[in-house]
Amino acid sequence: MGADFSLRNRFERGLAAPICLTWELTYACNLACTHCLSSSGRRDPMELSTKEAKDLIDEIAAMQIFYINIGGGEPMIRRDFFELIEHAVRQKVGVKFSTNGTRIDEEAAERLAAIDYLDIQISIDGADAATSDRIRGAGSYDQARRAMDNLKAANFGQFKISVVMTRESIEQLDEFEALAASYGAELRLTRLRPSGRGVDVWESLHPTREQNRRLYQWLLDRPNVLTGDSFFHLSALGDPLEGLNLCGAGRVVCLIDPVGEVYACPFVIHDEFKAGNVRDAGFADVWTTSNLFQSLREPGNPGACGSCGSYDACRGGCMAAKFFTGLELTDPDPECVFGHGEAVLEKKRLTIRPTPSPDHSKRVPVAITSR
Amino acid sequence: MVQSAVRVFDSSAPWKLSGQVSLRDEAFGALAYHHGTRRLVFLKSRELVALVRNLEEFESADEAIDAVVVPAQHQRYVEALSSLFSSEILSGR
Ligand code: SF4
Ligand code: SF4
Repeated sequence: MGADFSLRNRFERGLAAPICLTWELTYACNLACTHCLSSSGRRDPMELSTKEAKDLIDEIAAMQIFYINIGGGEPMIRRDFFELIEHAVRQKVGVKFSTNGTRIDEEAAERLAAIDYLDIQISIDGADAATSDRIRGAGSYDQARRAMDNLKAANFGQFKISVVMTRESIEQLDEFEALAASYGAELRLTRLRPSGRGVDVWESLHPTREQNRRLYQWLLDRPNVLTGDSFFHLSALGDPLEGLNLCGAGRVVCLIDPVGEVYACPFVIHDEFKAGNVRDAGFADVWTTSNLFQSLREPGNPGACGSCGSYDACRGGCMAAKFFTGLELTDPDPECVFGHGEAVLEKKRLTIRPTPSPDHSKRVPVAITSR
Repeated sequence: MVQSAVRVFDSSAPWKLSGQVSLRDEAFGALAYHHGTRRLVFLKSRELVALVRNLEEFESADEAIDAVVVPAQHQRYVEALSSLFSSEILSGR
């Protein structure tokens, strides 16, 4: 299927409401993955209350946002987790939530299986414990597998196994496919971005150009593998991948964080991409009137990519990936398939890269590493 | 699995927007979301949106189409509805 360019142009100018709204319910997490996009760990004391969260869900329903992507932190850590998702689905707002699986015991699996309009994504970062635990921490892989076993036993139906593509996990594509098949689950692969704590590991973990090329071929052959439109920068290699093939930040995509801050996308938790707070005049107000979102909906400057024959396919790539690697938004994506991004990065070796603003990582002693 | 016969869209029959589908107006037309299949479908013109919303009031899709567009466009709209039918956006009544 080819991309529909007229519709894409329309989408770039923004929609009445987002299609892909992510809501991180909490910054609290019982794991400490090295690439966490939201630098989660500690709960923020200013987290939205149950009442505020429910009001937000009502507003989301009124805006006819069809479903919300719930994440965190670990969303199931919130004590009102079930209350909130049940409140959403009751109003026909579908819920897709991402979890590390640690809280899906037999009882939780039964309860989840009883809810309509619910999708679950369980995250792993390797097809075996050793690979996955290197990123997610000791024991996390086995717990995720136990969650999958419990969902299967509870007849939840088709859940999703979600994997961020790193230099290591990308070598296990066939194993992930087999694992998903063994559960009757869907496989979802997403891109590693230098967001949150990911900024520290991106350089050593992001796929090589050769790996990206293999991934592109693998995905082209498997339109059923979900990607959340993550890899559109690879569409520059030839036929477009499934999806809208555009950066939806502030146009079709946005993020609400646990304290109600609205950001252009889940991968740009940084003051520069903050559009407002739902506590002020509500979410719809931020979505329609924020200056940041208005400016993101203006036709962008293609910059150096303007002269590239593949610009129509790749649109210069991911804004978050550029921003947190220290590139200008008009530069090519750091993983530009032709290496143009790497070339610019090479010239900017000495740039100071922005660090994500709110850091909720647990305060543990860490080794000082050179960047 | 039993192979079910290929179902084709019959524009002389009465149709309606499926109860599983939510429609949201947008500047280009509308977005339709099917809560069962979890698929998003784009309705790329306002005329098509009006047509889909009003389908239920007519005895057949053909009549509903004629109420919205000129005869020269009829076939195009049958095709548009047929594609919505295959995405399970429409259901019979
Ligand atoms: S130069 Fe820009 S548009 Fe061309 S492939 Fe690279 S990132 Fe994409
Ligand atoms: S900034 Fe990157 S991750 Fe965010 S919407 Fe744009 S392309 Fe997607």
